[in-house]
Amino acid sequence: MEETGIGIWGVPLAIFAGAIRVSTPFIFVSLGETITERSGRINLGLEGTLVFGAMTAYAVAVITGSPTFGVLAAMMAGAIFGLIHGWICKFPKVNDIAIGIAMMQFGLGMAFFLGKSFIQPVAPKLPSIALGGWSNMPQVQAALNINVLFFIGAALALFLFWAFKNMRIGLILRVVGDSTDAARAMGIDPDRVRLLATAAGGSLAAIGGAYLSLYYPGSWNEGISSGQGLMAVALVIFARWNPIGCFLAALLFGGAGALGPALQSVGVTQGYYLFYAAPYVLTLIILVATSSPTRSLAGAPGALSLTK
Amino acid sequence: MTIEANDPVLSIVGKPASLRPVLEWTARRAEPVVIGLTAILIGLAIFSLFILAVGKSPATLFQLMYTGGFASWFSVQNSLSRAAPLLLTALCVALPARLGLVIIGGEGAVVLGGVAAAAMALPLAGTAPVFLTLVLMAMAAMVVGGIWIGLAGFLRHYRGVNETISSLLLSYIAIALMNQFVEGLLRDPASLNKPSTRPLPAEYMLGNIPGMDVHWGLVIGILACIVSWIVIEATSYGFAARIAGGNVRAAQIQGLPVGKLIAGFTALAGSFAGLAGMIEVAAVQGSANASLAAGYGYTGILVAFLARHNPLAIIPVAILLGGIDASGGLIQRRMGLPDATVLVLQGTLFIVILFCETFYGRFKIFNPDLWKRTL
Repeated sequence: MEETGIGIWGVPLAIFAGAIRVSTPFIFVSLGETITERSGRINLGLEGTLVFGAMTAYAVAVITGSPTFGVLAAMMAGAIFGLIHGWICKFPKVNDIAIGIAMMQFGLGMAFFLGKSFIQPVAPKLPSIALGGWSNMPQVQAALNINVLFFIGAALALFLFWAFKNMRIGLILRVVGDSTDAARAMGIDPDRVRLLATAAGGSLAAIGGAYLSLYYPGSWNEGISSGQGLMAVALVIFARWNPIGCFLAALLFGGAGALGPALQSVGVTQGYYLFYAAPYVLTLIILVATSSPTRSLAGAPGALSLTK
Repeated sequence: MTIEANDPVLSIVGKPASLRPVLEWTARRAEPVVIGLTAILIGLAIFSLFILAVGKSPATLFQLMYTGGFASWFSVQNSLSRAAPLLLTALCVALPARLGLVIIGGEGAVVLGGVAAAAMALPLAGTAPVFLTLVLMAMAAMVVGGIWIGLAGFLRHYRGVNETISSLLLSYIAIALMNQFVEGLLRDPASLNKPSTRPLPAEYMLGNIPGMDVHWGLVIGILACIVSWIVIEATSYGFAARIAGGNVRAAQIQGLPVGKLIAGFTALAGSFAGLAGMIEVAAVQGSANASLAAGYGYTGILVAFLARHNPLAIIPVAILLGGIDASGGLIQRRMGLPDATVLVLQGTLFIVILFCETFYGRFKIFNPDLWKRTL
């Protein structure tokens, strides 16, 4: 074993490690958005929720000394954001896409306002599980040092996939999402289901934010998110509102996001900034490839305003 | 409404026929003004509660906002300067909105417009005439911005891609492209900490309006608003766009070229945002750099929605928000509040104003069609 790294093999390894590290916020935001969109509503404000969640988690972790409390507080804050969005959107003539943009601006503003004094202090980090003990290469060990939230996200994706198909609440959610009238005929209150689904989506998005501030990159500042919350919305479309699809798509995005830093680490610096655009270009190409002007997307909830 | 409502005999019952159209006109025009102003007041009230909650005085804050934004000729000029890019980025949202499209990626067109303008100026500055250089810079910025947002419109119509998300993705891609150009190909070796393109010679800058400390961008922005208003209200293209915005199917059945309208209107919208980038370069920064992504694209969304996508209403709203922006620094210094205070205020106003959309058509006083039943 040489001390000078593992050469060209470092690139796939760095992309793999990066995919896992970068994907976690995408997993949570996209799973949350899947729940919301399955109920027939769209929340574009998750970017704001994510950043506010990141700030809340960091602030609470600094104050209490416990990252777990930080995550729980972020979830509560995210749920409140979701409830506000859900409540406003139930009124007639209110455009849920525009409200989402407004909530994003509001969430960012509140996070920057309240989080100003937490840029300096250092918060305790979320724990991670070292799976790389079998290897004696430090790069491999670092790559396989995986945060608990990644596993929770993976488990949540499997659970939601199962729940949408088999649980009563999953069926109710899908009925509401496909047809408001059918839901009313069944005696379900669509507004209430959508309100709760938006709150659940917000609280999951806030976990994504908590991961950013408490693990990777692991600090609170105003540039903590580079649009993960919004890209997750595109990711949900790509994943066809399927939770397992969301998980896999998040990994793909994470890998694309890790491409630039991975190549830079082996000395490829040409076009460095263009690699930052890789996840966005990838999303756009996938959206173009999978959309159609004549029919609505396969698997799209019927009552969703986005795909009409 | 009903058949009776359209009956010429019944419609003049109750009021003298001469006065009625005036009242109807007033009532319809009053609705957006009254509801809009009420929404702003409610938004300010909620924001005041927030300021009280963090232990500061909302009265002081609003007073400072007035002082910083509008109290003196100096602050008015400052507000006007800040309104200039907002006029153009708001048009980038308002024009597609008339076709029913929600475009939120204006920021991308601004930064690419700025880069295109700087790239155009590099070989020309110092040799070509000033006016020609500025015109070519503006044209380059408008073409690039138009292509960028037009692409979102094109993809929407011909590929069914949601324009809100595609325009946003394009905006992130644009910022990455700008960083690549500014750090790489176009970088001025002399710019150390803050990479930027070679500065524009002083005589090639877009100067100030005579007698004012406000650059020509304001005039360009206001002209763009007026042109947009004429296009929407007085041309057949605008009429067709409004039909397509109301009901795409109906427009297609009528044989209107919906695809071309969408591509054309989004491209025009994008070219205005690109022009905002050129003005930032030619009137404010003097070069293209990361400051181009200052959030004008996002504030423009708020301005457009506040103005209910009416290009003429954009002018006062942009000046108002320019004033709020201009007062941000003063609030920060005098009250010890973070600079994000303005962002919180904007977000609150935005939410309340969108929420108040639900009240349109609910009040009888604004709806002449409903008067007949009571009179």
